[in-house]
Order: sequence, then structure tokens, then C-alpha cells
Amino acid sequence: MKRLFASFLILIGLMGNMALAGEDGKSSLYPAVPKATGKAHPEGNEFMRINHMKLMRHDRDETTLLGNRDVKYSLKECVACHAVNGPDARPVSVKSDKHFCRSCHEFAAVKIDCFQCHNSLPDPDVVERLTMLPQKNRELAAYLKEVTQ
Amino acid sequence: MKLPALKTAVKDLSEIDRREFFKAGGAVATVALSSGVTLMAFGGAASANADAGKRWGLLIDVNKCKSDCNACVTACSDENGWEDTGNPETDAQWIRKVDLTHKQTGREVSLPMMCQHCEQPPCVDVCPTGASFKRADGIVLVDKHACIGCRYCMMACPFKARSFVHEPVENQKSHAPRGNGTVESCTLCVHRVDKGGSPACVEACSETGHGAMMFGDLNDPASEISQALKQYSSIGLRDDLRLNPGVRYSNL
Repeated sequence: MKRLFASFLILIGLMGNMALAGEDGKSSLYPAVPKATGKAHPEGNEFMRINHMKLMRHDRDETTLLGNRDVKYSLKECVACHAVNGPDARPVSVKSDKHFCRSCHEFAAVKIDCFQCHNSLPDPDVVERLTMLPQKNRELAAYLKEVTQ
Repeated sequence: MKLPALKTAVKDLSEIDRREFFKAGGAVATVALSSGVTLMAFGGAASANADAGKRWGLLIDVNKCKSDCNACVTACSDENGWEDTGNPETDAQWIRKVDLTHKQTGREVSLPMMCQHCEQPPCVDVCPTGASFKRADGIVLVDKHACIGCRYCMMACPFKARSFVHEPVENQKSHAPRGNGTVESCTLCVHRVDKGGSPACVEACSETGHGAMMFGDLNDPASEISQALKQYSSIGLRDDLRLNPGVRYSNL
């Protein structure tokens, strides 16, 4: 009876594992991390996942205390390049669980304090550029059609 | 047990080396590029850091400031993303217009009031966390990463130039982060100054044609502001406190 119970437990465990394991061996609870719009980090995603806070902390002090505006890792650029569009085709703020930072931080259960002071949305000109693109494409398509006719 | 510790130390060193390497690489590029052309041109564009040799300041000609004009305040609000909600007790105090009447002579003047960017800032003296600080180029700022919102600096400031953010803020300007629970004040538009520009209020004032505000380097004897200060009498507010403000007023 004891052995049966034990094998039953193992079976339940295995089923649980099967349900939780994704295609690439990651837990199905692993967040769907949205793709960025710009070039990939040369350091690699794994490095950035582990070290982004250190890089940002270093560069934030560089800017705030020393006035260096030409830093490599600024929150402004994180937010611009990692913007995720909502259903209205405009970038979502950190209020939405689709937001790049939030998607991972929620999974890791790490609170983000950045957006108490910083904007979680890209600058208006960046938003314009991101949202204008489809319209520009449509205009271009219409122009090409006109030319070829 | 010693080996892992040694390993991490080496790893850290390699990190530093990498950083130093990039820094050195930048310097080499500067030299290589500039040797052919001019050194100043490239150096000026590349170095945007707070310069210890400079001291940024303002000269405000009170005679040219008009009582019915609010352009500097509006420009600051637009630039830095704060707004008046009609509650003077809790509203942001980056810059405000003050009208004064001399009790004896009846002379009426109007002037903009903001952080005076003192050489000996009392707000920096009292700050328990080091959040309130003076940059190398004399601009007094709040590092909101370190600010705990105790508001000692607000009490220490003789100009009431600082204010506390009482409510959560959204959609801030990316160059002027501000948030609930921290103290804020005029930054002398540090984001513009770092890029070689001048504060939004000064620009707005000259756009109205009044030209009551002048911005420049007080340490540079050839600068427009130093020349004007040399020529005309001016005062720093509350000169009795010997704070040596970076903002000076003439004809007051």
C-alpha cells in the first residue's frame, strides 16, 4: 500500500512537471518577454538579465552626479527600445502587465521603484516614430502603386 | 576557501579593466580624430560632464521684468513637466513670480524666484542622506535616488525654493524625473546646460523681448554675465547669510 502511494505521488509529480515544462525546457510560468525594437545587446540577453541593474545604477550616478548625458545604459533608452504596443498600437505604461520591465519583474517578484519618478513610456517623439511607421508604409505602398500603374 | 574569493577579485578587476579600456579607447579616438582637425571642436562635443572650472549663474535685471509677464514660469512648467493645481501650499515651487512694493518709496518691482544655487547651500548642509548636493559646476540638485523625503532642506532653504511632491506623478519628462515622496527644485535646466544650452526660463524671457534674465559662467571673466556683473551693481538675495547665491539681481 505504501509503495502504491509513493508511486502515485511520483506520478503526480511527473504530471505536474510535464504541465509546467515548456518546449525549451523552461517552466510554463516563465514570462513571455517581449522583443525589443532596436539592435540586440552585444553583451547578450543572459548577461543583461543578470547585470542590467548594475549597469544602470553606474550610469545613473554618472548622469545625476557628474552630468554625463552620453551614457550607454540609460533608463530612457531601455524604455524606448523595449516599448511594447498595446491594443491601441501605442506603447503601454508600466500599469499594463504587458510592459517589458514588468513582465519579467513580476515573475521574479522584484519591485521596480524606477517608475515612481521616471516615465515608463518612451518620449513622445519616439512614440510618434514608432506609431507613424505603419502609416508611412501605407503611404509608400500607395505611392508605389500609383507609380507602377 | 581562498580560491573562489581570488577568482571573484580577478573577475572584478577584469570588469574594471574593460571599463578602463573603453574609456582609454574613447580618449585615443579623440586624440586621433582631433590631431588632424581641431582639438577644441571634438573635445567640446564629447565632454558634457559637470565642469569644476565653471560656475553657472543667472543675472536678473529687475527693471526689465514685467509684473504681468509669466513666461519664465510657464516655460519651466512646460520644460520640466510640473503644473500648478491651485494649492500654493503643496504645489511645486521650481520658479514663481514675486511682486514687491517698497514700503517707503512705493516702488513696485516684479522678479522671478527660484533656487539660488548657493555656493554654501544650507540644503546640502542639513541633508541626512547626501541626496541634496552641489555639482562641480555649482548647480544645486536633489538626487532623488537618495532622497527620503524628510524635507529638512525645505526648512533650511531661506528662499523657500524647494517643494515636496505630495502625490504620485505620471508621464514625467524623461529629462526631469520627479516622483511622490521626494523633494524637488529648480535644476537650472541641467539637462540643457549639459548639452551646452541655457535654461528654459532664460530662453522664454528673451523670446518675450524683455530680456531680463542672463545665463552664463560666473567663473569666466570674458562671459557676458561676468562682464555685466562687473559693470552694474547687483545683489544676491539675503546676502547677510553669506551663502553667495549663483542667482543675482540688479536694480532691486
